Amino acid sequence: MDYATLIQVLDSALRLATPLLLACLAGLFSERGGIFDIGLEGKMLMAGMASGAVAFLTGLVWLGVGAAIGASILFSMIHGLASITFRGNQLISGVALNFLASGMTVLIAQALFRQGGRTPPLTGNARFSPIDLPFAEAMADVPIIGPLYAEVLSGHSTLVYVALLAVPVTWWVLYRTRFGLRLRAVGENPESVDTAGISVVRLRYSALVITGILCGLAGAYMATALQAGFGREMTAGRGYIALAALIFAKWRPWYALGATFLFGFLQALALRPDVIERSFGMAIPVPALDALPYILTVIVLAGFVGKAIPPRAGGQPYVKER
Amino acid sequence: MDKLPAWADIVLVPLISLLLAAVISAIVILAIGQDPWEAVRVMVQGALGSSYGWGYTLYYTTSFIFTGLAVTVAYHASQFNIGGEGQAQIGGLGVALVCLAVPWPHWTLALPAAMVGAALFGAAWAAIPAYLQAKRGSHIVITTIMFNYIASALIVYLLVEVLRPAGQMDPATARFPAGAALPTFKDIPGLNLIFDKKVPANVTFFIAIAACFAVWILLWRTRLGYQIRAYGKSERAAIYAGISPVKVIMIAMLISGGLAGMMAINNVMGEAERLLQNSAEGAGFIGIAVALMGRNHPLGVFLAALLFGFLYQGGAEMGLWTSIPIELRLLLQGLVILFTGALDNMVRMMLVPFFRNRAKEAA
Amino acid sequence: MTGAQDSGARQATAAPTSAPPAIELRGISKAFGSVQANKDISIRVMPGTIHGIIGENGAGKSTLMSILYGFYKADAGEILIDGKPTQIPDSQAAIRAGIGMVFQHFKLVQNFTVLENIILGVEDGPLLRPSLSKARKELKRLAEEYELHVDPDETIEELSVGHQQRVEILKALYRQADILILDEPTGVLTPAEADHLFRILDNLRQQGKTIILITHKLREIMEITDTVSVMRRGEMTATVKTSETSPEQLAELMVGRKVLLHVPKGPANPGETVLEIENLRVVDEDKVERLKGVDLTIRAGEILGIAGVSGNGQSELLEVLGGYARATGTIRINGQEIDLTGKHSDAQSRRHRGIAHVPEDRHHYGLILDFAAWENMVFGYHNEPEYQKNAMIMDNDGIVEKTAAAMEHFDVRPPIPTLPAKSFSGGNQQKIVLAREIERNPDLLLVGQPTRGVDIGAIEFIHKRIVELRDAGKAVLLVSVELDEIMSLSDRIAVMFDGQIMGERLPDETNERELGLLMAGIRDTKGAA
Repeated sequence: MDYATLIQVLDSALRLATPLLLACLAGLFSERGGIFDIGLEGKMLMAGMASGAVAFLTGLVWLGVGAAIGASILFSMIHGLASITFRGNQLISGVALNFLASGMTVLIAQALFRQGGRTPPLTGNARFSPIDLPFAEAMADVPIIGPLYAEVLSGHSTLVYVALLAVPVTWWVLYRTRFGLRLRAVGENPESVDTAGISVVRLRYSALVITGILCGLAGAYMATALQAGFGREMTAGRGYIALAALIFAKWRPWYALGATFLFGFLQALALRPDVIERSFGMAIPVPALDALPYILTVIVLAGFVGKAIPPRAGGQPYVKER
Repeated sequence: MDKLPAWADIVLVPLISLLLAAVISAIVILAIGQDPWEAVRVMVQGALGSSYGWGYTLYYTTSFIFTGLAVTVAYHASQFNIGGEGQAQIGGLGVALVCLAVPWPHWTLALPAAMVGAALFGAAWAAIPAYLQAKRGSHIVITTIMFNYIASALIVYLLVEVLRPAGQMDPATARFPAGAALPTFKDIPGLNLIFDKKVPANVTFFIAIAACFAVWILLWRTRLGYQIRAYGKSERAAIYAGISPVKVIMIAMLISGGLAGMMAINNVMGEAERLLQNSAEGAGFIGIAVALMGRNHPLGVFLAALLFGFLYQGGAEMGLWTSIPIELRLLLQGLVILFTGALDNMVRMMLVPFFRNRAKEAA
Repeated sequence: MTGAQDSGARQATAAPTSAPPAIELRGISKAFGSVQANKDISIRVMPGTIHGIIGENGAGKSTLMSILYGFYKADAGEILIDGKPTQIPDSQAAIRAGIGMVFQHFKLVQNFTVLENIILGVEDGPLLRPSLSKARKELKRLAEEYELHVDPDETIEELSVGHQQRVEILKALYRQADILILDEPTGVLTPAEADHLFRILDNLRQQGKTIILITHKLREIMEITDTVSVMRRGEMTATVKTSETSPEQLAELMVGRKVLLHVPKGPANPGETVLEIENLRVVDEDKVERLKGVDLTIRAGEILGIAGVSGNGQSELLEVLGGYARATGTIRINGQEIDLTGKHSDAQSRRHRGIAHVPEDRHHYGLILDFAAWENMVFGYHNEPEYQKNAMIMDNDGIVEKTAAAMEHFDVRPPIPTLPAKSFSGGNQQKIVLAREIERNPDLLLVGQPTRGVDIGAIEFIHKRIVELRDAGKAVLLVSVELDEIMSLSDRIAVMFDGQIMGERLPDETNERELGLLMAGIRDTKGAA
């Protein structure tokens, strides 16, 4: 692979890593707070549909983002109702919400636009346009670093930068604020929080609201930046891949950036069979490339790349002891 | 939390859940500007109003029994198998390979061989996630989901590159030999008096019923079932009793995958008579709803599969004759899983005051 | 109720005796469904004193304290703090009222530092940095004032249990608690750690803090408290000055009648050696050596009691013998070596060798609570030919019948085989486990904590059955943290400390003090016996 091609692939990798990163951080807040969330996928899907529809109807992409966050938080709250308030099975709740999203998105999109469950293509202000970072043009000619800055880092939509910024912000919130301390505590040992007189329920719901916001951004990015509109099942398992990345990242924000970028890179490679053929000297069937991120996810989960310890109270509803 | 009588927990909770799911679906139908009553009418008419409709309803029921049982067996070993979809697809591959291997003279010979192929391939596809869970603690929910995606990629590859006969355009295997065709309800003496049109429901339906019985025997009458259930309730106690977790997880998941794979004799061998892309058509996922709704008991699974068979066939008719998209089925499915599997405590709480009053009156 | 009022003798440094009680409870009642956990309970605790509350498991002590800490709302009654009626709807209110609680199971976040645990819930603002530096200073002050030294930057999982408890006490003090409640604080401590704790408590009393100590151990009450209240079945049966009572009197008040401290049993008649353990070593997942070369023998017809503070390797010993922990060394049963790491090192193989096991924790190991009594009655023996109808199918009807007979034989109430295990009381659950293990007529019975959470009536029954098995010429290995139980049941006592056998004694030739020294790891017990 020559440098120019690598730059192209990296550029596309960053683009593809963005929704994974946002979803991964969404899962991080939820799981750090002790709630498993298999429903990232469904929330992204709902958000994608909401943003696609609202952006098309209003012509304003930011309204679409708002709608995406709203739809995603709504689903997050249903998950909270099931797993926090009614102490139900968090895995089943997440799975159910994913099915609900699959059905609901097509139903609504079809009712609104009658285009087979898609939203109409977005144009102009209804879509995010790329932003050039300062000095991108001036930097472009600097060898090695120049193209990296001008072509890989620069020229993406706002949400890509929001996602990148979310990494240090998440780290700061988690390790430097009162909320972060309590959130980590509630995911490790909710009793410690309860006996300190802090509401476990409120903390966990707050975590789920943040999860909702980040999934909303991830879905909105899918429909208004990565692609021009919502299509059925457009998330294609990204919610699950984000969960695998979260495990890979050992529930830590900076690691999450690395893990999701790796998955993004694989997805970018899968889009370029020509590059692979040139690099490896043989053709790899497209379905095998498509399956690559999923296979890597399994390998990650199998712990062949390091064992991770999840938050101790994860997945269990909190019941006050007698 | 107050307790419900056992019968209410088994019977009322799923029924109320279903009612809630139906009400919400009706609201959604209203919201998209359609008439829920019309939807119900079309569904009942289309699924139950004729022997033709029943022929489809029971065809879907057959598939859902297999996938529902698959989830049930895994559930009793405390494993959540979401991979039924992929296992059913790979089971279909097994069926196709068996059916295409020899020019079968008669279906009575082809069927047992195909069943073995389906079960083996389905089990094999469940084996890796099971092994990773048992030995390395990899979360089986996520690995089985990943294996669904990997299964579809694999099937696409095989159909396009390997199994597609020369000269054929669409990605599918060749048609199975006539000797491998299963008798449908129209071909079965006695039943053909009711089913006079060609329907997809076939002899697999009876195998599915036998499977329900076999799973019941397995779980509640055999040593293996005892060990599966004991492990599912408490891993620590199982180790104390000398029950090997690795063995239980592996065996339960292999049986689970085998059952999911067996679904393929219904759709691939009994109906399509060749292997197509996405052959399972979501039946693997419906198994989750069926198992939860059926309270993870084979009898409950049978009844829930019947219900979902109705919803599936009715939903298809609805998609055909009304403007309500067929995806309403997914919505219903999600709601049923949500209410029976995750919000079940809420449903119970709704019922508790009723029983409390009754207890007071009795006292 | 008179004892509490004039307990001022030892509180000269604290408030004058005319001061109102630090805590007063009036007529507290609390029911869970049909169970009356607390009935009309009143106590007065004077400032600057240590007040003990003693009672058996399930007497309602913890419920009472949970009410005081705002976890439960009392059905009736009122709470007065420093003479003022106070509402305590939640733990935040309890903290505001100056009440600190040290729970039996610590409420610490394992992967947080001491400092982070201290500030959790009482941070000074939305950012952590100022809170942390303030807490660091304050912690230093508290450490000097009360001799409570802990490294503020160590994570909890790196600390010993005793130090973790100190963090809990520091947490309460950091929240400016004047009243400290400790729930069974010594259950997880070694005798040395417990002594240290008592020194700390004494120190706190000197500084004017009020302490409520909940325990079921008479020794602790006698050692440290000023006054003591006795609870029995949800009621407060008496409050007396500690100096004016005796352990015998308290024991009687606790159980309501004379306790049978000695199980009626004849002399042992030991026969052939059944169990021989040589140089047994266990290393756990964290690479910590839990058993450090244990040697033991038990002969037919004798009960060997293992005394020790929990966590000194007794559990691991039972687990290895029961077949669910790996070990190195040699174990022989009836002269034949058993497989410790290979194919036959599982619990099934052990049962085949004639080892039966009543586990320490019956809820998590001994029973499947959702299974019916009859299903539990074959648990672990489910592969035995007598429970099978044919190669595949179990003989469920036959098992139900046999269970009914066994329940009759072991006086399990109610004697209904189809009832799930969870609906039996603790004592009856234990009888189910005991029935299952004893009915198999094993050569060696392992018994862990046979009477934990079991009512007095059932305790006698269970002890009798264990002695009967011994008299039938079987070997019994008894592990218990209750020294009384060990002393009264055993024919020989081995004391474990830090994964080793500190020594063996005969019950007639030793006493609690000597055993206590061995349990603390002190081998030289000359003069103690």
